Amino acid sequence: MMAISNIIPLFVAISLLGAFIISIIGKRLKWLPDLMGSLTTLVLLGLSFITMRIVATQGILVYSVGSWKLPIGIVLVLDGLTVFMLITVNLIAFFISIYSISYMNRFTSKWKFYTLFLLMVAGMNGVVVTGDIFNLFVFLEIASVASYALVAFGTERHELEAAFKYTVMSTVGSLFILLGIVFLYSYTSTLNMADMANVLAQKGMSNIVIMVSILFIMGFGLKAALVPFHAWLPDAHPSAPAPISAMLSGVLIKSLGIYTLCRFFYNIIGINSSFSSILMILGTLSMVIGVFLAIGQWDFKRLLAYHSISQIGYVILGIGLGTPLGIIGGLFHLFNHSVFKALLFLNSGAVEYATGTRDLQKMGGLMTKMPITGTTTLIASMSIAGIPPFNGFWSKLIIIIACVQANRLGYAFWAVLASILTLASFMKVMKYAFFGKLRDKWNKVEEVPVFMKFAMIILALICVVGGVLLIPNINEVFLKPASDVLLEGTKYADIVFKGIQ
Amino acid sequence: MSKEHDKGMSLIVKVITRLTVGLILLFGIYIVLHGHVSPGGGFAGGVIIALSFVNLMLAYGKDVALKKISKSAMSFFESTGALLFLSIALLGFTGGYFFLNFISKGEPFRLFSAGIIPLCNIAISLKVGAGLFAIFVVLVLLKFEWEKKE
Amino acid sequence: MIIYLLCLMLFCCGLYCILRKRNIIKIILGIIIAEYAVNLFFILVAYRMGGRSPILSSGVEIVNMVDPLPQALVLTSIVIGLATTALLVALAMRIYEKYGTFDITKIKELKG
Repeated sequence: MMAISNIIPLFVAISLLGAFIISIIGKRLKWLPDLMGSLTTLVLLGLSFITMRIVATQGILVYSVGSWKLPIGIVLVLDGLTVFMLITVNLIAFFISIYSISYMNRFTSKWKFYTLFLLMVAGMNGVVVTGDIFNLFVFLEIASVASYALVAFGTERHELEAAFKYTVMSTVGSLFILLGIVFLYSYTSTLNMADMANVLAQKGMSNIVIMVSILFIMGFGLKAALVPFHAWLPDAHPSAPAPISAMLSGVLIKSLGIYTLCRFFYNIIGINSSFSSILMILGTLSMVIGVFLAIGQWDFKRLLAYHSISQIGYVILGIGLGTPLGIIGGLFHLFNHSVFKALLFLNSGAVEYATGTRDLQKMGGLMTKMPITGTTTLIASMSIAGIPPFNGFWSKLIIIIACVQANRLGYAFWAVLASILTLASFMKVMKYAFFGKLRDKWNKVEEVPVFMKFAMIILALICVVGGVLLIPNINEVFLKPASDVLLEGTKYADIVFKGIQ
Repeated sequence: MSKEHDKGMSLIVKVITRLTVGLILLFGIYIVLHGHVSPGGGFAGGVIIALSFVNLMLAYGKDVALKKISKSAMSFFESTGALLFLSIALLGFTGGYFFLNFISKGEPFRLFSAGIIPLCNIAISLKVGAGLFAIFVVLVLLKFEWEKKE
Repeated sequence: MIIYLLCLMLFCCGLYCILRKRNIIKIILGIIIAEYAVNLFFILVAYRMGGRSPILSSGVEIVNMVDPLPQALVLTSIVIGLATTALLVALAMRIYEKYGTFDITKIKELKG
C-alpha cells in the first residue's frame, strides 16, 4: 500500500504510544502494564528483523518526515549500522521486559516503571534512527532523563545519592554536547548530518572543528563512561533495580555513547590519525583501569559495573583502530557485551531476589539450590573472560589480531593482560557465590520464577551460539553492512543524497 | 511545611486574585490559539495556563485549588495531550508521510489556517500545563516520612 | 566577539558552581546557570547585522531578518532544562528526607 520506508518512524511511534497508554490506564488495570510492555518490545523486535532483510536487499533507506525535502527537513536514515544497533537494543529490551514481569513485583507502582522503561526505549531507538543532529540531541535527552528517574526508582538512601551524582554528571555531559552542536551549526549553517559532512569536506580542517571534536569526545565520552569520565558508573549501575542495571549497562551506554561517537568521527568529521590515537589511548586506559579496580570488589553488582568500563574500552580500542578487521571486532564485541552483561546483571538480580544480599562474602554454594541461575552465570562468566567456544572469545580474538596486524603491539599486550585479569575476577565470583559449601541460612532458598528463568536461558543460548555470526553467509547480513558504513567515511553523505527519491 | 498554605494569604491578595485569575487563563488560551500567527504557541501558552492555577493555589490554599482540578484529572489531561499529539502525527500517514500537514492550509495570517499546527499547539499546551501544575503540586505537598507520623 | 566571550564566561561560572560548592541547592543553581548560558550563546549566534525579528505580518515586506532556526531549537532546549531541573529538585528533597542534610560532604555512603 505505501512505500516500504514508512516502517522507520514506527520505531519511535510505537514505543511512545505504549508508554502513554500505560500511563493513562495502567493504574486501574493491573495486568495491562506487563502485557503492554512485553507486546510493544516484541513488535519492535519483529520490525527490526524486517529492517535487516530490507537493508540486505535494497540498500540504504532514507525517509523525510512530513515530506520536507533535504536539507531543510528532518530525515530518518536506515543503513547497516542503524540496523545493527536496532537489533541489539530491541533484543535486550524484550528479554528485560519479560524478566521484570516477576522481578518488579516487590515495588509498589509497576505502571510507572513500564512508562519510564518504554520512554527510554523510544529515546534509544530515536537516537539510532535519526539523521539530523538536533533531533539526535532531543532523543538523547529523552533517554537520559528517563534513566535518571529509573535509577532512583526504589528511593532508598544509596539509590538517591547515586541518582543525584549520575544526573549532575550526565547533565554536564549534555551541556558539552549542546555547546558542540552550537559551534558546528555556526560554522556550517546546516543541521542535517549528510549536508554537514559535505560542507566540512569542502571547508577543510580548522580550529573550530578541532574544538568541536574535543567537546564531543568529552560529552559523548561521559555518556559512554570512558576513563576519565567514568566516575558515575560504579555508583549508578549497582543502585538501580536489576533489570534497569542490565538495560543501562547493556544498551544505554552503547547506544548513547559509542554509536554517536562512531557517527560523528567516521561519517561527519572524517577520521584521521590523531583522532584514532586519542580513541585508542582512551580505550586502553578504560580497559586496564576498569579491570584493576574490579578485582578488589566484594559487591557483586559493583564488580560487574567496573567490568562494564573495561569491556567498553575493548570496543573503543577496536573501533579506534580504523582497519576493517578492527571495526568488525569492535562492533561484534559491542553486541556480545550487550548480551552477556545483561545476562550477568539479570543473574545478580535473581540471586538478590532469592537471598536478599549482594555481598559475595556472605554467599556460598548456591549452585545446588539454584541450578539454572548458576549455570547461566557460568556460561556468561566464561563468555566475558574469553574462553572458547563462547562468543566473547571470538570478538576478543579478532580485536587482538587486528591490533597485531596494524603493528600496534603495545595495545595488544594490554588487551591480553586485561583479559587474563577478567578471567581471574570471574573465577573469584563463581567460587564465592556458587561453588563451595552451602551455608545454613541459605537452606530454604529456591529457584526464581518462570519469567526470569525464561529470559536468562534464552540469553545464555545466544551466548553459546554467538560465534555463528562470523560465518560468511550470516556475516554479510549482520556485521558487514555495519562496518561498511563506518569504513566509507564521509561518502555517507553522497549515499544519503542519492537515497532521496 | 504545608500548614501555612492551608489558610491562604491575606484579604487583599485574595480579592485581586479573584479578579485576575480568569483573565490570566484567558490570556494563556489566546496565546495558544494564535500560535501560528504571532509569537507564542503551545509551550508558552501552556506555562501561562499552569501559572493561573498556581496563582489560585498560592492565594487560597491547596483545598480550593485541588477542588477545581483534582490530581487524577491532571494526570489524565497530561497523557491525553501526549496521545493527541501522537495521533495527529500518525494520521499524517493518510497523506503518505509521517507528520504531514494534511489539513488544507487556507490563506496566511488568518486564524483558521496552517493545517495541523493549531491542533498540535492545543495538544502541547494541555500536556505542558497539566505537567507543570502537577510538578508544582507534588513538590509543595510532599509529606516527609517523619511528618506523616504526627 | 566580546559578547561571545562573556557568554562563555557565564558558562564557566556555572561550571565552577557545580564543581566547588558544597550545598546541593547551589549545585542545582550552577546547572541552571550553565544551561542558560548555552541557550543564550545559541541565540547570539543567530544574529545578523541590522536584522529584525523573524515574524511575518500582513503588509510587511521580507527584508533582512535574523536567523529563526536557533530560536525554535532553544525553545526545545529550555523545555529539556525544565524537566531536568524538576527531577533534580525532587531528588534533592528526597535526599533531605533520608539523610537530614544538604551538605554533599556528608552524603558519601557509596565508596570503593
